[in-house]
Amino acid sequence: MSDFWKRFSRNRGAVIGIVILAVVVLVAILAPMLFPQSPWRMVQRPFLPPLSMNQYLLGTDALGRDVLTGLAYGAQVSLLVGIVSTVAALLVGIPIGALAGYFGGAADDVLMRFTEFFQTVPSFALAIVLVAIFEPNIQSIIAAIAVVSWPPVARLVRGEVLSLRSREYIEAAILSGQTSAAIIWRQVLPNTLSPIIVLASLMVATAILLESSLSFLGLGDPNMMSWGYMIGAARTVIRQAWWLSFFPGVAILLTVLALNLIGEGLNDALNPRLARRGK
Amino acid sequence: MKAMLKRLSLLAAALFVSTALHAEPVTGGRANVVIQPEPPSLMVGLVQNGPTQMVAGNIYEGLLRYDTDLKPMPQLAMSWEVSEDGLTYTFHLHENVKWHDGEPFTAADVVFSADVFLRETHPRLRASLEHMEEISTPDDHTVVFKLKQPFGPFIGIFEVGTMPMIPKHIYEGTDFANNPANNTPIGTGPFKFAEWEKGSHILLTKNEDYYEEGRPYLDEIYWHVIPDAASRAVAYETGVVDVLPGGSIENFDVQRIADMENTCITDKGWEYFGPHSWMWLNNREGPTSDVRFRKAVMYAMDREFARDALWNGLGKIANSPVSSSTRFHTDDVTEYAYDPDKARALLEEMGYDGTPVRLLPLPYGETWQRWAEAVKQNLDEVGIKVEIVATDVAGWNQKLAEWDYDIAFTYLYQYGDPALGVARSYVSTNIAKGSQWNNVEGYVNEDVDALFEQAAVAVTPEERQERYTKVQQVLTDEVPVAWLLELGFPTIYRCNVKDLVTTAIGVNDGFKDAYIEK
Repeated sequence: MSDFWKRFSRNRGAVIGIVILAVVVLVAILAPMLFPQSPWRMVQRPFLPPLSMNQYLLGTDALGRDVLTGLAYGAQVSLLVGIVSTVAALLVGIPIGALAGYFGGAADDVLMRFTEFFQTVPSFALAIVLVAIFEPNIQSIIAAIAVVSWPPVARLVRGEVLSLRSREYIEAAILSGQTSAAIIWRQVLPNTLSPIIVLASLMVATAILLESSLSFLGLGDPNMMSWGYMIGAARTVIRQAWWLSFFPGVAILLTVLALNLIGEGLNDALNPRLARRGK
Repeated sequence: MKAMLKRLSLLAAALFVSTALHAEPVTGGRANVVIQPEPPSLMVGLVQNGPTQMVAGNIYEGLLRYDTDLKPMPQLAMSWEVSEDGLTYTFHLHENVKWHDGEPFTAADVVFSADVFLRETHPRLRASLEHMEEISTPDDHTVVFKLKQPFGPFIGIFEVGTMPMIPKHIYEGTDFANNPANNTPIGTGPFKFAEWEKGSHILLTKNEDYYEEGRPYLDEIYWHVIPDAASRAVAYETGVVDVLPGGSIENFDVQRIADMENTCITDKGWEYFGPHSWMWLNNREGPTSDVRFRKAVMYAMDREFARDALWNGLGKIANSPVSSSTRFHTDDVTEYAYDPDKARALLEEMGYDGTPVRLLPLPYGETWQRWAEAVKQNLDEVGIKVEIVATDVAGWNQKLAEWDYDIAFTYLYQYGDPALGVARSYVSTNIAKGSQWNNVEGYVNEDVDALFEQAAVAVTPEERQERYTKVQQVLTDEVPVAWLLELGFPTIYRCNVKDLVTTAIGVNDGFKDAYIEK
């Protein structure tokens, strides 16, 4: 573990990423305590510029709602959507990839054609259609993001499994009479973990972006204050009130950047041989 | 302060100009106007949505126009009489009126329009014509409408969007909806249809043979189709367009544009429509079936804030089901000022158990979405749990028509008279699944039914007023729906475009009198 941490912290960007993400997570967890009032509450006059009142540091929006409170609650939504949809995508992608890679042949063909079917449709367009069909709410958004983001997982896992499949220890396991399920579960998957972890960290970032884009287009959950919603609502008044789109924009940028940096750091830490290349 | 000074100086300048060279209208010039959204058709006899009426109202004409107090004014009819018993309406038509293709316009066209064409294609007019016994033409320039019983609103149905005159010689005996002439509308109005490039513009040119000497003043009206609200604002800022009719730009932009040099803004010109917004409250089931809950909703809403923050302070708080610009409005009703404590007390009294209610916003863009959020917050604060249901126009229509909602935003036109645009939302005879234009809330009260019915057929305005006052008092006591605002739709225009909004339908027939000062 300490070895892992040592390699991880060698990447300075990754450490910065961890720090930023930690702040975002803290804010999301502590939001109800830091800002006991609902983010929808109209607290001051509309379009109060930032820094004009200490109580409302980042100003207020078109209805007089506190932007800072909105950001804090928006962090909850972003992280929730990012993590849950990624987990869901992994739960779909890993089994499909593993089965296709391990059994090969017809199973591989069927599963991979199925996966490609999803890959050929532009993922954002598909997500819009899915959310629009099922009324926009947090469940349908998470489901839609999961549906469009599992295919890369399946392909990655399949590739890894294919290369592991012909290793001697797998053949040994087969010869010793273990069932296929046991082999996949105990021998194969644990060895594919590192690339999956790296991919997952990037998928969280993508999911956050997707959710923001959907909310920006007005397809967010109307009962949840999210960053994308804040920008979408502020788009038309960008010339009068720049801060309404600027701060949520920065929040999205930093969070996604942090996740990408972490992903890179994880890659360095989990694939030490690759990481040292060129240094 | 600076803005005020500017306004004062503009006012002073306006006063000076008006005394110096008042009212010599200038001929010539082109008005550049935004049309939003692009109308599906310009044949106003077949299609009556907002943008169609706005363009076609300058091509077609009705027998009468209405001023901003809804008083009738001459149009195709030079003069008219109503008999003592309220049963006979006689119209004397202008004699030298020609259709845009040169054919003369006569009483036969009036009969064809009202009795044949529009009876088939115009549901709103058809309902009013139910009261008509017969229509006759003593000579080529006189039309007599005879009613079965007195019907007070009748004098209000001759507006161009309600009873436009349709050329008999083109449509008689044809399939109205598929007549190729629908693409090249022929009216009697001050402007002729010239060209329509879909997705780009509609061009109307001056009717040189117009029957009123000197009118119209403008040579052309050029309607710009610009699909994006921000681009429409930019088009005004850069001088591409000179007139932004109500609803052309986002409400948030209105103040900024209105503060520009040489820019005037008015919320007049909607009196005939009297756009009245409210929230349907489902009277059939759930917490909204309890009158105390409905009253609590009224007290919980900060409507003044909504008007100031979302509607730029334009419009009025609706204190009655009848808009203050509609005939027979009264202020003598139960008022519901913003009072969260009263709302909480009412909820306590009824023992509201926190059952969440579903709120359906009107899917007409940003302002309405924000408004739903503000109302949700208002209701949250008195302890009503609200879930906003996201929906598109089709879904909204369907949910209302199927009564699948608890609270839902809407706004409807009143057409100048409670019998035309108010009664339909409250009388129990108008409850039917499948439409969102009737008594959607499911309110049933026999007294209200009776009062509306008597008021519609009472002969004198005093008798009608008495009943409408009573019905407004009953309705505001029982709160079948939660009234929001009498919407103010601002028309924004360059100040040198004169006399544009002079009637109760504003831009819809305003270009007849408009001129552009150089």
